[in-house]
Amino acid sequence: MSTMLLEIVTPERTVFSEQVDMVVVRGVEGELGILPNHIPLVTPLKIAPAKIKQGGREKWVAVNGGFLEVRKDKVVILAESAELPEDIDVERALAAKERAERRLRAERQEEIDFRRAQLALMRALNRLEVKNRQD
Amino acid sequence: MAKGLRELKAKIKSTQSTMQITKAMELVAASRLRRAQEAATAARPYAEKLREVVASIALGTRDVQHPMLQRRPVRRTGYLVITSDRGLAGGYNSNLLRNVLNTINSRHASPDEYVLFVIGRKGRDFFRRRGIPIAREVTGLPDSPAFSDIRTIAQEAVKGYEDELYDELYLCYNMFISTLTMRPTERLLLPLSKDDVAATPTTVYEYEPSAEVVLNALLPRYAETLIYSALLDAKASEFSARMNAMGNATRNAQKMIQTLTLNYNRARQAAITQEIAEVVGGANALKG
Repeated sequence: MSTMLLEIVTPERTVFSEQVDMVVVRGVEGELGILPNHIPLVTPLKIAPAKIKQGGREKWVAVNGGFLEVRKDKVVILAESAELPEDIDVERALAAKERAERRLRAERQEEIDFRRAQLALMRALNRLEVKNRQD
Repeated sequence: MAKGLRELKAKIKSTQSTMQITKAMELVAASRLRRAQEAATAARPYAEKLREVVASIALGTRDVQHPMLQRRPVRRTGYLVITSDRGLAGGYNSNLLRNVLNTINSRHASPDEYVLFVIGRKGRDFFRRRGIPIAREVTGLPDSPAFSDIRTIAQEAVKGYEDELYDELYLCYNMFISTLTMRPTERLLLPLSKDDVAATPTTVYEYEPSAEVVLNALLPRYAETLIYSALLDAKASEFSARMNAMGNATRNAQKMIQTLTLNYNRARQAAITQEIAEVVGGANALKG
């Protein structure tokens, strides 16, 4: 079975760069499974875990928004932030989740704060989910 | 004479302790500089990738229009100024801020014509002292800032352009050229220039859901990324400026210590000579 190079790049660094068999991500239009030799494609991503299949094993990565770029020879995920399970700080994610939930419960708030809290909550849940799946 | 000696000695001591501090700061800045440069290098792939995709969309689909790619008549201007939190970095902040102030004064008649975003305590204090309103500020950034540290201000600056609060956005920061030189730079960030998006497209992509949607999502991210890489550049400049300033201070202190020590030794010798002369004079007087 052929493989392809998957790179996960954030503004700070390259998080992941390895040969994989398949990657499953959640685009704005729905789930996408990318196999080697996929047609070149660009799509924005949602805040969701990405599944990587590598030699019969599955790996999860917390991808927080960004883009998926598929090329002939490789797949690139450009994310604002992305974390492998071992890099995720559960305590911090839990704290962020609680903070975001508190903000969302609070009455009388500006639209933009609401959006921000919502995104923070999604990021926190995403991290926790990836951590749980890996364990 | 003895008093002069003591004073000189105290002066030497205090200069020496100043030198110790400047020396330490120089070394710290040098190591931070290396890290800042590494961070700037590590951030490059992301910006380049985004640019590639933006370019291929802009070129591949001729009819795509986006406000971020189009000039419009300028009624108000946005400035994002990147300075440092701490001083002791030579002319790092003052050169940049003087440039920015001159530009603003020459371009605009009243504060209604511009919006100011400031990163760094030095810049904030500078504009506050002059009573210039600041739309948003970020201070206390770590030495190796993460993208999330400036996400809010970057998003706001880009959004202000999208909402037509202002019709162009300039980025003012110290561009890192080498460890010895930096240049206070003013760069037009938005609308994105043709150079920023022009490149030879390598691949023709499919877009999901459509080229417009992807471009709409992509361009703001790209602009934010450019702000982030400017910040990393400015950080590298800051540390190299501090390293040089502290290096010079250390050298000056060394020179001062040398002169002071010479003076001290001279004064000490003079005191001894005088004492001997007095003793001899006294003995002679007794003999005679």
